[in-house]
Amino acid sequence: MIPKGFLKFVVKRTVLLLISLVVAVYISILLANFGGLIDEMVKSDLLMSITMNVRNNPAFQGLTASEKQKIIDSMYQAALEARGLNTPFLIRSLYHLKNALTLDLGTALYLTSDSGSKQVRLIILERLPQTIMLFTSVTIINFFTTLLGGLLIARKYGSKIDRAISALAPTSVIPGWVYGIFLILIFYTWLHILPPGGMVDYPPPKDPVLYSLSVLKHMVLPMLSWIIAGLFLGLYSNRTFFLIFSTEDYVEVAKAKGLPPRQVDMGYVMRPTLPSIITGLSFAIIGSWGGAIITETVFDWPGLGMLLASALSYPDPPVIVGEVAIYAWLLTLTVLTLDIIYAFLDPRVKVWGG
Amino acid sequence: MGWLSMSSSKHSRGFKGVLQEVLSYKSAVLGVLILVFLIVLSIYTIVTIPLPEAINAWRSSEMWTKNPRNAQPEWIEVFIGKRLPRTITVSLANAEVSRRLLGDGRIAASWVAYFNYDYDDFPSELIVFFNSSYSEKPVVDIYWLRPDGEEFLVKKHTLRRPDDRLYLSNDLGLELRLSGLFESKVGGKPNFMVTVEKGLFAEYSLDPRVLKGRYGIRFETILNENDVFDAELVVYGSVYGLAGTDHLRRPLIIGLLWGTPIAMSFGLTTAILTTVLNLIIGTVSGWYLGKVDTVIQRIVEINAILPFLPILILLTTFYKIDLVVILVSVIVLNIFSLGIKGTRILVMQIKSYPYIEAAQAYGASNGRLILFYVIPKILPPVVPGMISAVPGFVFLEAGLSYLGLGDPFLPTWGKIISDAQSNGAFYKGLYYWVLEPAFMLILTAIAFALIGMALEKIVNPKLKEL
Repeated sequence: MIPKGFLKFVVKRTVLLLISLVVAVYISILLANFGGLIDEMVKSDLLMSITMNVRNNPAFQGLTASEKQKIIDSMYQAALEARGLNTPFLIRSLYHLKNALTLDLGTALYLTSDSGSKQVRLIILERLPQTIMLFTSVTIINFFTTLLGGLLIARKYGSKIDRAISALAPTSVIPGWVYGIFLILIFYTWLHILPPGGMVDYPPPKDPVLYSLSVLKHMVLPMLSWIIAGLFLGLYSNRTFFLIFSTEDYVEVAKAKGLPPRQVDMGYVMRPTLPSIITGLSFAIIGSWGGAIITETVFDWPGLGMLLASALSYPDPPVIVGEVAIYAWLLTLTVLTLDIIYAFLDPRVKVWGG
Repeated sequence: MGWLSMSSSKHSRGFKGVLQEVLSYKSAVLGVLILVFLIVLSIYTIVTIPLPEAINAWRSSEMWTKNPRNAQPEWIEVFIGKRLPRTITVSLANAEVSRRLLGDGRIAASWVAYFNYDYDDFPSELIVFFNSSYSEKPVVDIYWLRPDGEEFLVKKHTLRRPDDRLYLSNDLGLELRLSGLFESKVGGKPNFMVTVEKGLFAEYSLDPRVLKGRYGIRFETILNENDVFDAELVVYGSVYGLAGTDHLRRPLIIGLLWGTPIAMSFGLTTAILTTVLNLIIGTVSGWYLGKVDTVIQRIVEINAILPFLPILILLTTFYKIDLVVILVSVIVLNIFSLGIKGTRILVMQIKSYPYIEAAQAYGASNGRLILFYVIPKILPPVVPGMISAVPGFVFLEAGLSYLGLGDPFLPTWGKIISDAQSNGAFYKGLYYWVLEPAFMLILTAIAFALIGMALEKIVNPKLKEL
């Protein structure tokens, strides 16, 4: 049974976050359109498709070039009007906003999806699962290893391993993509045992099992680079966090009662700190969306990040605007999901009124 | 918030006191030492290679034609244990010249220039640079004189223009002839590919061994009366200077040196400005509450949903970009960061402290209260965070350069890594090209991280015990 107050909270948070999303995407549109660039982009897309239509239409086959041009011009003007592209900027920008939010950004200038489509929406949505498969999973793996590892190390406070972890913590200021470069140098350039990038061998194996194995092989180095980058600081900060909390009076009482350490850890250290832990997870996932951009480029991993990098190198503005919108969506959904989990877990918040 | 009262109960320690305490940590001493080194390096760079000169050198393709391509740094010899070739320029300035007047008024001339070659490896490339003026394109015969007394014609070359270049290494015909010569001398197929360099510099044996000693090159040509002939043979080495060269023959040291002040100034400026602006906004939000607070909190939430890196990429794609624009964009996108929420809560707590109420009672203005009573109180816990934020921004700049979004003119570490990757450093095993800029990045980041962590322990004594 879900309490009514909880539903109310969820609806309220969703509405607030959606408003934030709209504002965020609108700001991006304004930023991109300072020089009228999005307008130009949409207009040239429109003109191109009309021109192609008229040229390929057998009904206009007999006309001279100037007559065709006239038809193109009038159709173009009509289309501009129909889409509100000759209206004042304010209305025009709302039109762009709607398109960006629905990823309805027409066709890309250069990039195509693997299935050969030039639709920006398809190009972007095709890449999304690949980014999630690699980076969201490694973020979650990292999160739980450092959480449990931190708990174990906190128990062995002052031991050699504890001191080693503290000493190694600064290595985590180096981001995953830099470790990625080192890993490529070691496992590809030097040892020749793992591929330097890509998602699957070429040509891709037909057999689904071999295909998955090939994908896994390509996932090892990028995942490892993020695990190394996050490991020591993650362990260190979780350990410190648990140490601070395990000196609380109620933990001492639980220990004095003679509860087994496992029960003390789970019920008296972890449980009250769960909301902060969830906040940590949300930061990690939010951070992973941005961090993946450079790491995917390093490893040629065909996800959203590499798409952005290749859109940038052409440059392909419709894809870039679409990418900004999809990242805004991802952030919104992450924040919303974790807000809900947070509200569910934190007894003090009791947002739905108890 | 125990540490808040702890830090306030201590007397203000001043810069000297803090420094002394920081230096009581060994790791922080290391951090400070690295930092001092980087600062000295930055100053040295700015003074010895002025920026316009560096940009010019980095973008020039002509300036480096006589450098080897993708040469390793010279110190690599220590690990390899062989003497690797440096680049040798053989000019005709000290050549033995002989001239003979021909019947028709023309002159038959020849030049022989010698050089010593005693490295353990073959040169990487051979180019002859001509610099002549003539009324009629001269035909030049180039002979090779080996230390073992062997002598043969390398190439019959008709100058195509006065500053013609002869790329001997790419000459397939020459390679075939040399390999034929080799086989006839050795009496069989050697165990290696006879390239032009090996054909000219190897001992006549089945295994590739450098023939050390005095080599010579002879140019023979027939000139008209007022013609001038000059040529230079460049025997490219495989090592260069302290840092090696890249695919465009540029000395990497320029990029590595200039990367230092760029990374340092970018990291420090963004870290300091975003921290200070966050602090001010958070304080205002927590102090005034009400509508101001609501608006600020909404902006923070919207800012959290703005995808930072994609927006930065969008900006850099659509507008003319230099380092300053990137700097400003990064700061603007970071001033409403989530850190504001923490500051806000602190300020709300401080607001209820008795000494603030006392100050209010005697009529201190809001501005005065914030500036002299609140900010000094929340500043100490913020400083370690500020220092610890520097590496993040240093790597951000590197990452942007790596993606091709950095300043288009300045040489930076990220750009060197990106150049290395896109020009096959991983594939060809050119470790130095990637490792040198990566090492500099890590050095910078670790310095700030070590100092930041020590500061954190000082400001937050609860951590010190742990």
